[in-house]
Amino acid sequence: MTALLLRDLKLSIRSGGGALIGVLFFMTVVAVIPFGVGPDLNLLSRIGPAIVWIGALLSALLGLDRMFQTDREDGSLDLLLMQEHPLVLTVLIKCLAHWLGNGLPLVIASPLLGLFMNMSEVAIGATMLTLLVGTPALTFIGAVGAAVAVALPRGGLLVSILVLPLAIPVLIFGVSASYAAVEDPAPFMPPFLILVAITMFFAVIGPIGAALALRNTAD
Amino acid sequence: MPESLAITKFSDLANPTRFLGLAARILPWMAGITAILFALGLYLTFSSEGDYQQGMTVRIMYVHVPAAWLSMMCYSVMAVSAIGTLVWRHPLADVSHKTAAPIGAAFTLIALATGSLWGKPMWGTWWVWDARLTSVFVLFLMYLGLIALNRAMDDPGKAARVSAVLILVGFVNIPIIKFSVDWWNTLHQPASVIRVDGPTIDKEFLWPLLIMAIAFTLLFFTLHIAAMRNEIWRRRVSAQRRMAARMAGQTPAKEA
Repeated sequence: MTALLLRDLKLSIRSGGGALIGVLFFMTVVAVIPFGVGPDLNLLSRIGPAIVWIGALLSALLGLDRMFQTDREDGSLDLLLMQEHPLVLTVLIKCLAHWLGNGLPLVIASPLLGLFMNMSEVAIGATMLTLLVGTPALTFIGAVGAAVAVALPRGGLLVSILVLPLAIPVLIFGVSASYAAVEDPAPFMPPFLILVAITMFFAVIGPIGAALALRNTAD
Repeated sequence: MPESLAITKFSDLANPTRFLGLAARILPWMAGITAILFALGLYLTFSSEGDYQQGMTVRIMYVHVPAAWLSMMCYSVMAVSAIGTLVWRHPLADVSHKTAAPIGAAFTLIALATGSLWGKPMWGTWWVWDARLTSVFVLFLMYLGLIALNRAMDDPGKAARVSAVLILVGFVNIPIIKFSVDWWNTLHQPASVIRVDGPTIDKEFLWPLLIMAIAFTLLFFTLHIAAMRNEIWRRRVSAQRRMAARMAGQTPAKEA
């Protein structure tokens, strides 16, 4: 299991443009926003957490279709399916590796983008914390989509369409927790705890669904 | 043992030919009853007096509420069929949830469109991002995603199993839609027909609404069974075409 984790991590970092491309895309998306809404710093600081969250969501979708597809192409997916360990655990490990390779860099890059957006220190901290808690949920939901579309020749776009509706609750509570940290009357903890609950919920549902889909798409 | 008898009957239907026979027998009846109920429901809808506040626009309710109810029921039917696909490998379950998706998408679209038409005079806006509206819109997107997934795969059996997984994962949205008006304080009104303490809606509105709801439900099942029948025929045609193509390749080979 550890070997699988390390292998996937190394693959995602070393193979051309895994994690770094995701971060680059994240920065590009966020950098495009001021051109669209205008360089008004007050407005930007108000919508900043939402922009950073949407950017993170979009770039988390970007790498999803490669999650199982590379393994399918070189045949290691069949080996994973045949081994004695429960497939759910294998999928869980793969999700963790995928998150460490693609999700964590986004979290680390988010404070810098928060500065670009003229957000206050509290808002930056809250956004980073909610991203840290929320992006694993995106990976777990995405695993189902990636497993469903693994056999399709051009599944990338389809994965995004299938995954985005399910990812909306994560976005809602992530953004509302980030805002609650800045604006006084709203408490921070309830939306944050709901976000934690969503992540844990999908940590169970995601690998089970993905394992089921992988078994069924295997030829 | 009536229960085991019911199960035997149900697995008898796994034979597509038996299903086709049953469909041919009950479809005209269902279509006829649906038409009568629609006639009655629409008559009651237009003969009932308008609400003293909302005036004529209250009649939108008689289409909006049943369509919204069906958009959720259709997804539940698909979820049950998805379990049928994954657990019992029931051959008709594949057909069932594949053909239900476009029908569900249509009803969801009707619910969204009529709700939007109703919202303009009542709320002063076509669309608000409140919990009920947003979650129904997400449901609509999920229907479209499922249709797209089904179309993207060549092998119908594999497509059915994979989309069954996705249907079951997406089922988390249904309770969210149902209870969104209770959990969040929204512009959309809370449930008023199915309640623990009885309906809070006036009898004058309740009867036409109930008849329209039954009519819509029957319409769904009529359309669904007809669509399943068409899908089975379509699969048979394509299977026979494939067979014919194989034969066509063999005959000249024998002659030569």
